[in-house]
Amino acid sequence: MIRDITLGQYFAGESWVHRLDPRTKIIVSLTYIVALFILHTFIGFAFAAIALAVVIALSKVPIKFILRGLKPIFLIIVFTFVLNMFMYKGDPLWHFWFLTITKQGLYKAVFMAVRLVLLIIGSSMLTLTTRPISLTDGIESLLKPLAKLGVPAHELAMMMTIALRFIPTLLEETDKIMKAQQARGADFESGNILNRAKNLIPILVPLFISAFRIAQDMAMAMEARCYRGGEHRTRMNAMHYGKSDAAAFILTILFVAACVCERIFIA
Amino acid sequence: MSIHVKNINHVYNEGLPDETAALVDVSFDINDGEFVGIIGHTGSGKSTLLQHLNGLLKPKSGQIIVGDTDITAPGASMLAIRRKVGLVFQYPEYQLFEETVALDVAFGPKNLGLDKDEIDERVREAIELVGLDYEDIKEKSPFDLSGGQKRRVAIAGVIAMRPEVLILDEPTAGLDPQAHKEILDMARKIHEGETNIIILVSHNMNDIAELSDKVLVMDEGKLVMCGTPKEVFARGDELESMGLDLPDVTCLMRDLKEHGLDVPTDIFTEKEAEDALYRALGNRDDR
Repeated sequence: MIRDITLGQYFAGESWVHRLDPRTKIIVSLTYIVALFILHTFIGFAFAAIALAVVIALSKVPIKFILRGLKPIFLIIVFTFVLNMFMYKGDPLWHFWFLTITKQGLYKAVFMAVRLVLLIIGSSMLTLTTRPISLTDGIESLLKPLAKLGVPAHELAMMMTIALRFIPTLLEETDKIMKAQQARGADFESGNILNRAKNLIPILVPLFISAFRIAQDMAMAMEARCYRGGEHRTRMNAMHYGKSDAAAFILTILFVAACVCERIFIA
Repeated sequence: MSIHVKNINHVYNEGLPDETAALVDVSFDINDGEFVGIIGHTGSGKSTLLQHLNGLLKPKSGQIIVGDTDITAPGASMLAIRRKVGLVFQYPEYQLFEETVALDVAFGPKNLGLDKDEIDERVREAIELVGLDYEDIKEKSPFDLSGGQKRRVAIAGVIAMRPEVLILDEPTAGLDPQAHKEILDMARKIHEGETNIIILVSHNMNDIAELSDKVLVMDEGKLVMCGTPKEVFARGDELESMGLDLPDVTCLMRDLKEHGLDVPTDIFTEKEAEDALYRALGNRDDR
């Protein structure tokens, strides 16, 4: 059951990208994000877009699914676009009252919007092709060197895993409590905002109590099985870097090299 | 007051890969004043069925008529249905939320839009009906009570709505034997009082045999048996194949018969068993 949890937008699949080690995918995604800030021309962006398109094609995630993920951030993109368009000083193209659009402003606005879209799609490829649980495993493993500096890597990862694990449980609990209060005549659908907020109390109080109870039981069960934190723990599904990971790293290095060249040689 | 369920079907996650039929063509009637027991394996569709009876779930097809209202009709008033049919879920103590017991029990009646005096009276009555001392408990926080008391307060919260049909979904799960007995005595008392129909779901065949006028047996979303306890428990082998068992006394009688004592095996309550044993042993003395 725990393997079926889909937080946000995981797209189940068996592609080459899905099978990569989560650590590889995290590193590659971070590198891609940095690379987007190295690039400074549209030619560079076109190159980055092609690279991204190749990854999407390899992952076999439908374009529709990816674009759906863009919807919630659409407003942010529009907002950045409009702000950039009006706030930049330069040769005016169009003027009305206090609003001026300049040539440079328009260029900058499109530039930023493209960067933002690539950024979002690029990073969503990570969550689309990696199960949340593998993602936390990957993060834990990558943070491990920092444990020497006092970063509680294992604890952070464990917290994320538990949080993910309990989303469906709490949803189920909420459903049960809602039904029980509805059976007592509670109405969650009508009334103004204030009334509706007040109507949530009969759900929230029992839900909090349940959450604490579950957390306590869970802590007890973990202790009963001698849970001791990260020291010397091994895992059932150990992560391995394979040939495809090596290939992915080489391609990423080439990609970054190309980006650096773009920065240096294209004006 | 009677309930008619006609050919209802319910499907979970329709159209998704994990589509499951939870209820398949279920039909039955409950007559005025009956005490109905529902038994079935975990996942047999009992809880789904109960939630249909007070409109929390809508059937995909079929009709449910409670009294003279068709609760499956579009636009049926949910509040009116819930006033008529009270549903106590499994582990109802997890739905308590108010600061005091009295306020929590008053939640249901308040939602019905009753006036304050009426609510107070109902709260007092409901708390006393579940066997608690109103004056003693009304100002306490529900979270300070023992498990059995919490359970009773939660049941009082539904009884205070004065439903004509009261549904209890495994009301004794996880309680100690004393509290178990008290809850069932309470159910009987309520049934003798003004609540017309009681529907009890339980895994305890002794309770079902003891209390019910009619027993419904669910298996994999289908209603497989419906009849008096005598009729249903006479089909012991079929029940066992569904992962259900017989009341303890029935098992005892069957064993005795197997070992050569001449007793009837259609015995379902302790009282009947006692009489039958006296008769059987008495006969032997005569010989």
